Amino acid sequence: MMTSNNSLNATDLRDRLQTLASREGIRLWDLGAACSDDCSVQVDRGEAKQLKASQRSSITVRVWNNDGLVGITSTTDLSDNGLEQALVGAHAASRFGNPEEIPQFSPLATAPLPELDRPLQPRQGILPLLDTLRAAEADLLGRHPAIQTVPYNGLAESLSQSLYLNSEGALRQMERTQASLYLYARAEETGRKPRSGGAVRLGLGSSELDVQGCISEAIDRTVSHLNYRPIETGSYRVCFTPEAFLSLLGAFSSMFNARSVLDGVSLSQRDSIGSDVAVPFFNLHDDGLHPGHISAAAFDGEGTPTRRLSLIEDGTLRNFLHSEATARAFGVQPTGHAGLGAKVSVGPDWFVVGSNPQVSSGNTLDHSTESGPFVLIEDLSALHAGVKATQGSFSLPFDGWLVNNGERLSVEAATVAGDIRSVLNGIVHLEADAEVTHRGVSPHVWVDGLSITGEA
Amino acid sequence: MTNAFSNQWRGLMESLLHRGSAAGADLVEVFLERTDHIGLLAEQDRITSVNPSFARGAGLRVFRDGRDGFVSTNDLSEVGLQRALDQALAMLGLEAQQLTSSATFEGLKQLTDHGLTKADWLERCPSLDQASECLLQGTTHLDRLGQHLQVRRGSYARDWQEVLVAASDGTFARDIRLHQSTGLSVLAADGDHRSSIGRRYGSSDRPDDLRDWDSEASAAEVCNSAGTMLRADYVDAGQMPAVLANRFGGVIFHEACGHLLETTQIERGTTPFADRVGELIAHPAVTAIDEGLSGGSFGSLSMDDEGMEPERTVLIKDGVLQRFISDRAGELRTGHKRTGSGRRQSHAFAAASRMRNTFIDAGSHTPEQLIESVDQGLYCKAMGGGSVGPTGQFNFSVEEGYLIENGKLTKPVKGATLIGDAKEVMPRISMCANDLDLAAGFCGSVSGSVFVTVGQPHIKVDSITVGGR
Repeated sequence: MMTSNNSLNATDLRDRLQTLASREGIRLWDLGAACSDDCSVQVDRGEAKQLKASQRSSITVRVWNNDGLVGITSTTDLSDNGLEQALVGAHAASRFGNPEEIPQFSPLATAPLPELDRPLQPRQGILPLLDTLRAAEADLLGRHPAIQTVPYNGLAESLSQSLYLNSEGALRQMERTQASLYLYARAEETGRKPRSGGAVRLGLGSSELDVQGCISEAIDRTVSHLNYRPIETGSYRVCFTPEAFLSLLGAFSSMFNARSVLDGVSLSQRDSIGSDVAVPFFNLHDDGLHPGHISAAAFDGEGTPTRRLSLIEDGTLRNFLHSEATARAFGVQPTGHAGLGAKVSVGPDWFVVGSNPQVSSGNTLDHSTESGPFVLIEDLSALHAGVKATQGSFSLPFDGWLVNNGERLSVEAATVAGDIRSVLNGIVHLEADAEVTHRGVSPHVWVDGLSITGEA
Repeated sequence: MTNAFSNQWRGLMESLLHRGSAAGADLVEVFLERTDHIGLLAEQDRITSVNPSFARGAGLRVFRDGRDGFVSTNDLSEVGLQRALDQALAMLGLEAQQLTSSATFEGLKQLTDHGLTKADWLERCPSLDQASECLLQGTTHLDRLGQHLQVRRGSYARDWQEVLVAASDGTFARDIRLHQSTGLSVLAADGDHRSSIGRRYGSSDRPDDLRDWDSEASAAEVCNSAGTMLRADYVDAGQMPAVLANRFGGVIFHEACGHLLETTQIERGTTPFADRVGELIAHPAVTAIDEGLSGGSFGSLSMDDEGMEPERTVLIKDGVLQRFISDRAGELRTGHKRTGSGRRQSHAFAAASRMRNTFIDAGSHTPEQLIESVDQGLYCKAMGGGSVGPTGQFNFSVEEGYLIENGKLTKPVKGATLIGDAKEVMPRISMCANDLDLAAGFCGSVSGSVFVTVGQPHIKVDSITVGGR
């Protein structure tokens, strides 16, 4: 039995809010709530460094006033006083609601939810976590003499609960457990610059985390970069690892976001559905229910059920991600990608990149056997700074290798630059094997003609 | 217990601190917080989002033999706080009921109340009506001054925070903080040409700040930049000298060096400067300072999140490393004296050594002299964000750039990212101009996102890698 100190009681919350709303003369309201009970550990060369735990709760209340305008307020205070303050605050804020775009309840807020096979896992508690992480760090440090520290590391587990209620009877709630492990090592050899690399693992519970896999990957990613060289500035054939490609795609997700389209800040327009945006063998889905998605939720912030959605099929843009309001504006159903707000945000869940087996790329490239020359990009960084999502352009530092004549040399301090539209249309091959990463699912993706800047 | 923090909380705080000390903790610290936040968004000529939020919570930290256990909770009841403390003690193998002979807690000192003169600040802030009007004035100015504008946005955030810090070394201090930030941004589009430009203006401790905001001047700055960059070519990549403008140009020092002078980085073994106090680590032209005192600046503090009044910390003097930025844990684990730099986003984070108002000090040259000294290079007028990795590799993006050819600014260029290594780039900052200015920003790191100021005069970097196409 897993319980948290501040767990939510959905029916009690609904009754309390309904009483308060009646008193304030509020007929329409909805509420999103979340609470969690987390703990995590960090270690430093065998010693516990920081041990953390938290019990968090928050609610967001949305109300419609007599003019039909919407106001919202959030609070961490679940007491009667806090709930009242939130409701009254939301009512006051509703005076500033946007009459041009009034959100409504999702028409799917009471529709059946998909089955999610995410059994709650028992939590181990902080001291066993500490033992596991300490052993993992020792193992990692012992594997290579150049690795002297693992400056970024952490092992965490959590139990969280979320719910959605509205005044028309919707009542959604879910509980989930989740655990995460990250190990980022730093290696340095005499007379050479330090290098770093790391790995992440997620699981439903801490006891099922692939600790050994995480250690091995962190070592491989760190040690493989010790022999580095500068790369000459120029145009290169590039192969993105699944993780790197998914992070690039995620940075440009406004292309698929109906909210961004309506706001005029997307590369797509209202009439872009049906247009060709990628090579014909490229498929992209958003699949929040994918078995590999540890954080999967059965409903979004508006109570809409989560579902698999085709975004790009055979290179053609098929759908946008929607909230209730954007779906209404486009004349379609909400897709289960909304937050909760006065102006509802929309976001992707879990990208799945694949290829159409009926349409060949005409290439048979394989990153593990190709002799080059090409640049294998393992990890992109500083996406918050180097991506211009509204313009399509990016210029990003990366970790990776220059592969030439079968030899792999780590690239020192370089950036890759381009335009996401050119990337999607310049894909020369998607390898056959897709990998499940903590960002989504993708194969290795080959793109021609990307600009690389190095120090050589 | 009142919602507001005052001497009324002394008894409960002392009870918790005594409980933790008696269990054998070296130090116990309680951080209480209440916040009142408003966020406003104007798009085109309409307010499209108003987001009020309230929060309250506590962060309790226990130190024992150099380790610390930290627990955060939203439950400020006596039972809730006691439960959180017991959990923190248990993490370190301590039991609340067990009395040790080494308990040293002698009670809290007199309350140091930095919030006394700030009691009316929340009421003095602009109302929602006033804030909305200001933002809509801003987007109207954008409409009048800009061309090819597809999107016009104005945003305003007001963050009010009351904190109370009590620790078993007797620390008992309260403060009220007020931060306001206002931003304008546009997306200009003409055929295939696009530019997106944003500017943020921020202050601390100035309830009237939004009323004093010159929205027309801000709109003109954004529109000029967007117009210039709309048809700019992509920069040619390579190694070149660069002149970085003042104000937000200071992000280069923040990323390239400032983070590496936090004791957190010594603890992790991720700074190349750990044993180099007293040594030349930068060009002699560089003097760099981190302080919490600059009146009204975004990173200013009356006290840090550990109850200490902030110092003016000279980090680098004429190129020589002087000090590290340190917090309580940093002092304990590295021996560097605290500088009033223990900061956290909220009660949900343990404090860590973090920058406040960080800037390279003014030099003796004019900005024109710096530009004239470059034959072929890049002038970075406005910077975007940046980051630094565990090996000291930093990067940041250039939002508005120009080529320098034969000592003169020529055509605008876009798409540039500057990357480098802290140890290598600091000696290459060879000239500093006489026009020091500061800019507001946010810094995300181990203890969350905090308000900071970056700053510098115009500076010249002799050679840096410019990523582009």
